[in-house]
Amino acid sequence: MTYDAGHYDVIVIGAGHAGCEAALASAKRGAKTLMLTLNLDLVAFMPCNPSIGGPAKGVVVREIDALGGVMGKIIDKTHIQMRMLNTRKGPAVRALRAQADKPLYIQEMKETLENQENLTLRQGMVQRLIVEDNEIKGVVTETKAAYTAKTVIVTTGTFMRGKVIIGDLEYESGPNNQRPTVALSEHLEELGIKMVRFKTGTPMRVNSHTIDYSKTEIQPGDEEPRAFSYETTEFIMDQIPCWLTYTNEYTHQIIDENLGLSPMYSGMIKGTGPRYCPSIEDKVVRFHDKPRHQIFLEPEGRNTEEVYVQGLSTSLPEFIQKKMIETVPGLEKAEIMRAGYAIEYDSVVPTQLWPTLETKNIKGLFTAGQINGTSGYEEAAAQGIMSGINAASKALDLEPLILDRSQAYIGVLIDDLVTKGTNEPYRLLTSRAEFRLMLRHDNADLRLTEIGYQMGMITEERYEKFQEKKQLIEEERKRLDGVILKPEEKVQHIVEQAGGTPLKEAVRASDLLRRPEMKYDMIETLTAPEVALPEDVKEQVEIQTKYSGYITKALQQIERMKKMDDKKIPDNIDYDAINGLATEAREKLKEVRPLSVGQASRISGVNPSDVSILLVYIEQGKIARVSNE
Amino acid sequence: METDTITAISTPMGEGAIAIVRLSGPEAVSISNELFQGKDLSKADSHTMHYGKIIDPETNEVAEEVMVSIMRAPKTFTREDVVEINCHGGLVSVNRVLEIVLAKGARLAEPGEFTKRAFLNGRIDLSQAEAVMDLIRAKTDRAMNVALKQMDGRLSKLIQSLRQKLLETLAHVEVNIDYPEYDDVEEMSHNMMEEKTKEVLEEVKKLLQTAQQGKILREGLATAIIGRPNVGKSSLMNALVHENKAIVTEVPGTTRDVIEEYVNVRGVPLRLVDTAGIRETEDIVERIGVEKSRQVLKEADLILLVLNYGDELTAEDEKLFEAVRDLDVIVIVNKTDLEPQLDMERVQTLADKHPVITTALLHEKGIDELEQAISQVFFEGELDTGDMTYVSNVRHVQLLKQAKQALEDALNGMEMDMPIDMVQIDVTRTWEILGEIVGDTVHESLIDQLFSQFCLGK
Repeated sequence: MTYDAGHYDVIVIGAGHAGCEAALASAKRGAKTLMLTLNLDLVAFMPCNPSIGGPAKGVVVREIDALGGVMGKIIDKTHIQMRMLNTRKGPAVRALRAQADKPLYIQEMKETLENQENLTLRQGMVQRLIVEDNEIKGVVTETKAAYTAKTVIVTTGTFMRGKVIIGDLEYESGPNNQRPTVALSEHLEELGIKMVRFKTGTPMRVNSHTIDYSKTEIQPGDEEPRAFSYETTEFIMDQIPCWLTYTNEYTHQIIDENLGLSPMYSGMIKGTGPRYCPSIEDKVVRFHDKPRHQIFLEPEGRNTEEVYVQGLSTSLPEFIQKKMIETVPGLEKAEIMRAGYAIEYDSVVPTQLWPTLETKNIKGLFTAGQINGTSGYEEAAAQGIMSGINAASKALDLEPLILDRSQAYIGVLIDDLVTKGTNEPYRLLTSRAEFRLMLRHDNADLRLTEIGYQMGMITEERYEKFQEKKQLIEEERKRLDGVILKPEEKVQHIVEQAGGTPLKEAVRASDLLRRPEMKYDMIETLTAPEVALPEDVKEQVEIQTKYSGYITKALQQIERMKKMDDKKIPDNIDYDAINGLATEAREKLKEVRPLSVGQASRISGVNPSDVSILLVYIEQGKIARVSNE
Repeated sequence: METDTITAISTPMGEGAIAIVRLSGPEAVSISNELFQGKDLSKADSHTMHYGKIIDPETNEVAEEVMVSIMRAPKTFTREDVVEINCHGGLVSVNRVLEIVLAKGARLAEPGEFTKRAFLNGRIDLSQAEAVMDLIRAKTDRAMNVALKQMDGRLSKLIQSLRQKLLETLAHVEVNIDYPEYDDVEEMSHNMMEEKTKEVLEEVKKLLQTAQQGKILREGLATAIIGRPNVGKSSLMNALVHENKAIVTEVPGTTRDVIEEYVNVRGVPLRLVDTAGIRETEDIVERIGVEKSRQVLKEADLILLVLNYGDELTAEDEKLFEAVRDLDVIVIVNKTDLEPQLDMERVQTLADKHPVITTALLHEKGIDELEQAISQVFFEGELDTGDMTYVSNVRHVQLLKQAKQALEDALNGMEMDMPIDMVQIDVTRTWEILGEIVGDTVHESLIDQLFSQFCLGK
């Protein structure tokens, strides 16, 4: 017997990185939202590496921020160090990465959740969903509380039938020995949701007191103040370093000799693991000739002695883990506080989702985060915010939000998932984005603030500031286009100082800025705007001007993609009724049910001729409708 | 709906006395006008026909005498501006005109694309829609088959190896970007990138040259059949023609009324030529002497020398051998069904390194072996044309030109000292274009390369 525990617009199951962003977005959008989680002490817990950001991922954090999410703001308040990566490369691939203070991150997130209007937090394990006529109606917890809701978002991460494996030890568990979600996973399967088994792993944590740092290399944070959020004004300058050391032939020998004890090779682990995050045993086996592998020692926070041994992810037995680290310089006497482990879990085949992250099978049911076959806190948070916006939109009868591949890495991520699916835990890489020049970390606000504002997630104050910035950029670009610089002494001097060849004739200031050696600051000394511009505006003017040739080309490509994405496929299309489609294409189209011809063309197995046929068929439908009227 | 201008040869290849290159799209008239010497086509009335010449912009020479039909939208097949350039028949001139049109900015039409446009622009009614789809499917499949068959194995291999080279470079750049702290890959420098880019550019340029010079695949391998009377030259001709469905074209406008016959032997197009009168060579050596006939025979790319197994080797045969020495020859010993009279040892000696095939053509024996030998001679590059990989397909040529442009953009970017990840945009584009040639543009392979080439783990 259940009891009526109340009614909500949106229920979010889980409070990891996806769940938190989902609940906050939903509440901000105006939906009465309930968040249910196993353990309220561990909201936004980081069960793996203590870091947020990095290439592609760091851009995602900024995108989440521009849309009104919180990941960026919280890590800005709780990091122990921050670095800008790829500074020597072009602006398109620069990215921020922060080392997180795990316990602080949790605290800060919990406070944020607790203070969010429209949002109720409750501890509880959901056992099943209430579904009538393929439509979600609510959830029931193991304590028999029945909550009704218009939409439900499942963000249960790696908890679904989770199984932890260390050597020959295995037990049912979520990450970090939390209770696994068994009943819900079985229930989803009963509801017709297809699942696959994935695997991931984490290294041991060691006690900082027992590390001999003198044998390692220091990896400090940047001295320059850094922040993810466009709203952050206070910067943490008191940073803690990480440390670098290496494995060696002795480490590898121990691994080699004990491969038989590895559940990865004994066949005990059946789930597919990610290639980009291999265990140390995997690295040693696959790249046998490599004499050493990097190990980063990363503190898990300011008020803890636990240090994360990045690079030694393993599921070998605990005593082998101990032997292994004893061979590593600096770790000879290191005490393991927690052993590394592998975890297997169920994840939803993501091609069962619409690009809004709503399941196709059950109306009003959304899934987001690692449950959809991704890995990484940032990927989870990105899906979280999108599912939160869309679940709230659906509950409140508002327009859904789908970002395309040219708008955001978030768009790339979700389009990849729902269009192509994934054979391994999916991680965002910059190479997955065909328009990465447009998806820079420096312009995330220009790309997405407007959308965040429309979704009700950006404050008026922030929006006004954004508008102002945009205007300043446009005006300054226009101004530089109009200023003509003559080959006068002052100009030549600056050019030569920068290492360039002197001007032969007068040029536009913008053309001079396009020269590789020129920087905005130099142009500014030759022709300054009336009022000095803020740094971020100068940066935009410089990037947009310098790379305008590449940007124009990218825009043309985007135009082509958009043309195909604008050709919508009617919801009720019957692929069986279309003559001429290849069998494989027909099956794939029926499975994915793409919303546009553009999306259809990205499905593997759908060839250009199938796309042509689809186009013709859709046009035919239009003509038929017109002539019927 | 579509905004570009498409073009294709819209008459069946090689049949009929004229061939038509059709253009459809907003620039159909302006493109044609640029190439056309004659009336100003931009001012021509709709549905009029004009005599003139197509000028090859590369050489400024007359490429073809043509009649051009101007049909302006909307009263056309596609409801777009349509231009039809009527050329003389013959593969060479039509292909040349098509190439020139493509170089001026038209895009090669996809299979069925004219019909598709006609439909999408409302020209064809609803009942015909299904037929359009069947057409696209059928034509595409056929085109794909044809393209695959056409594709020389070596060309495909070469393109694949170029792609692999680019892919490794791309993966290298990617690893620098996605794993900036990964310490045992060298940072990809402009120098390394430039080196690879130049290597690939060189290869692409070479391929494009073969497209210009090695006309063989387009125009056929000029082939002469020689031998004494009654050795079986006509049977050989007939055997090749029957087996392979020859296309016979008349080429008017040349001084002699020459018959060319195209035979496709295992992907090698043979043009059985008679231009120099060398096909009827029964008396050639007798008539003009060994030296002179050598000059004539040199014009052929391949010579099929036929002997009679049932006859003794004559002085005339020996002279023929002498005349074709150092040329590409396949020796065919025919009529093996007869009592052996021929001194095979002597034949082997005379043939030297050239293949000797035995046949009984009237009994359809040995034809396979002959075809095998022909394709071997061709694909193993023992021909005068040297060890070249041929690009013959117009679509491939177009794509290679695009690849060349993208590579030049990349080099230009490096010269401008653009960051490596910008330069990479053009290199990636090249990789994709080359992929279109071999029918493979799956983006995922970059990520596969990344993880197989490097041990990554942050």
